[in-house]
Amino acid sequence: MWDSEYAAQLLPAFLPAFAVTIGATITGFMLAVLFGLLFAIAGRSAAAPVRWASRSVVEFIRSTPLLVQAFFLYYSVPMLTPVAMPAFATGVLALGLHYGTYMSEVFRSGIDAVPRGQWEASTALHLSKRKTWISVILPQAIPPVIPVMGNYLIVIFKETPTLMAITLVELLLTAKTEASATYRVFEPYTIVGLLFLAVSLIFSLGIRRLEKKWSFGRENEKGGLR
Amino acid sequence: MNAPWLDWLPMLLDGTLITIQVALLSAVVSIVLSALAGLGSLSRYAVVRLISRAYVELFRACSLLVLLFWVYFALPFLQIELSKLMAGVLAIGLNIGAYGAEIVRSSVSAVSGGQREAGIALNLSGTQRMLRVILPQAAVRMVPPFGNLMIELLKSTSLVYFITLSDLTYEAMVLRNNYYVWTPYIFGLLLLIYFLISSCISLVSRLLERRLAVWR
Repeated sequence: MWDSEYAAQLLPAFLPAFAVTIGATITGFMLAVLFGLLFAIAGRSAAAPVRWASRSVVEFIRSTPLLVQAFFLYYSVPMLTPVAMPAFATGVLALGLHYGTYMSEVFRSGIDAVPRGQWEASTALHLSKRKTWISVILPQAIPPVIPVMGNYLIVIFKETPTLMAITLVELLLTAKTEASATYRVFEPYTIVGLLFLAVSLIFSLGIRRLEKKWSFGRENEKGGLR
Repeated sequence: MNAPWLDWLPMLLDGTLITIQVALLSAVVSIVLSALAGLGSLSRYAVVRLISRAYVELFRACSLLVLLFWVYFALPFLQIELSKLMAGVLAIGLNIGAYGAEIVRSSVSAVSGGQREAGIALNLSGTQRMLRVILPQAAVRMVPPFGNLMIELLKSTSLVYFITLSDLTYEAMVLRNNYYVWTPYIFGLLLLIYFLISSCISLVSRLLERRLAVWR
């Protein structure tokens, strides 16, 4: 059943694929943070059309599958515009846009938790909009939501195999290629499954510890204020 | 030049029906698993708690697409052969069920302890307490997150495309081969259909929430 020798032969092929998976995860996550911030700030804009547009875009992206969005970006955008992006760039853009909409909700909750007085104080100090966001609101809104952001890092990691549909050579596509070359499917898919399981379990353990430390520190802070 | 919308409709309709079928079946599997593992996490028996927690942790950590590949391609090597539909429903149900279990667990434990004590004081049996006191109150809390989870479920049905089950996404890819120049229109339409089905799910979830909250 399980052929260890064959499994060992597979490892060299999986190493670069693992690097691609991790690269896509990290780049996708950074884009998701960026888009998330943009959506969250636009969702609170003073101009109603901007607010409405941002919320509609978020709603639409959240309601449709990542796979179809990746197809749209990879196969349709080059036909509609002169821009043709390679699979990696398209894939991380799709991940970033898709999870940016989730991230915007995370940031929104963080921003809502900043006391009103902070906004009023910024107005009183005559700070510009930009300065208010960058120096007053975001530094208070982001730290409490860091553990939740970490959860989305794991979610993005688990979603990277979807990008094999647009020919990104990540772990699962490598397993498929190996399987079709040797007609032995059990080992490659099992190795990839265990790899995904191990990485996300280790990560979520780390995030849980971070969460505990974080909430502990924050409780202390509150206690200190009293 | 107009896009031949009408030629596409029969195939997209077939695909939509398959997508809805996969979604409904895996919704049933995932809701049953959520209830079992969610209530199991709160069981007084350590073994039941352990099994429930292990299921939730394991399947939340697993990538759905990798699970789907494993169930469809690797399981036959253990003499378990499933049809495409069964493999898709099983993988999606197992994955979404693990998330649903957390919703059930947190909603049930959010019902105040006083309610449980009042049930004991009124001499209700454990089952009566659960069914008539705790669950009706927990259900109101469960509906909105379950609505979101069902949208996640709908979106994840698109992954059955990879095991060539002829769902909406698969049919759209076939159409794209036949009508290559219309690719952007086909994918645009595809996104729109998914958006419409998602909107129906959130509408149902909102109606259900209003219905269940009547007693409040």
